[in-house]
Amino acid sequence: MVLQEKVGTATAPAPRRAVLRGTIQVLGELLITAGVILLLFVAWQLWWTNVESDAKQSQVIKEFAQDLGSAAPAPSATPAPPAAAQDFGKPVVGTAPGHAGTIGIMYIPRFGPTYTRPIVQGTSQDVLDTLGLGHYSNTAMPGAVGNFAVAGHRQTHGAVLDNIHTLVPGDKIYVQTKDGYYVYVFRNNQIVMPSRTDVLEPVPTQPGAAPTESYLTMTSCNPRFGAEERIIAYALLDSWRPAAAGPPAEIAAQVAAATGRS
Amino acid sequence: MYPWIFRHLPGPLWLRIVISLVLVFIALVLMVQFLFPWMSHFTQFTDSTIGSTDQP
Repeated sequence: MVLQEKVGTATAPAPRRAVLRGTIQVLGELLITAGVILLLFVAWQLWWTNVESDAKQSQVIKEFAQDLGSAAPAPSATPAPPAAAQDFGKPVVGTAPGHAGTIGIMYIPRFGPTYTRPIVQGTSQDVLDTLGLGHYSNTAMPGAVGNFAVAGHRQTHGAVLDNIHTLVPGDKIYVQTKDGYYVYVFRNNQIVMPSRTDVLEPVPTQPGAAPTESYLTMTSCNPRFGAEERIIAYALLDSWRPAAAGPPAEIAAQVAAATGRS
Repeated sequence: MYPWIFRHLPGPLWLRIVISLVLVFIALVLMVQFLFPWMSHFTQFTDSTIGSTDQP
């Protein structure tokens, strides 16, 4: 107000100064706006994408559970065998779905009792950003001899593998498909450069070797909040159960919660 | 700029406040829908894959 009165009373340089002041004010407002937008972007990236992806991934799991319901009898219909170590023979290997098709659900108790994430075919941005863990489509399916490799975000978009560094050798990693449950045991992790495609080989890091075991390889960014390297987690297939035999006792509660059935 | 916009909004004060809030909300929606996904291509930590398999 005071300034405006001065402008009114001043003579020659007044309009020029008013224009200058107006320009500086607009410039300042634009800079403040840019700062606010950048802060909002950080909030969106680190928080909102997780909210969005979690909702989408729950939806994918729900749809997968509905497909299971129509494809197989409820696991509760058959009594669970008493011995957990019962051998069901060679694991059934499913056929790979098309791009963005759901392969199954991954349960990792080390990441929390409610950790359930969908495994979806493909590792392109559209899969990883919203649908969950992406299966490298040129690698084996769960249970097959060779390497079943998946990628997942360490941060943002659900942060599906945020705690990948907390896995301890011996930790169980469960993969549920429409055929059954594949139990992998975590063996070790490794930090490599992003160009190390040999971690996806049938025998990880041994190109040309003929696989005799079933591997699970998970890749994610390293360090957290960075992507200069990749952290790789290797696991080996320990056992498998057909869908009719019901989920392994250790994750029965999670499976029931995720798929809405016991 | 913002005072100028506010002065040029129609209606009494309460209506202008409501219109401002609506405009801010529209700006937010546009940013979340279009601006932020585009900006995220310039941040580092969204690439979790090995090599360039399937990666656009």
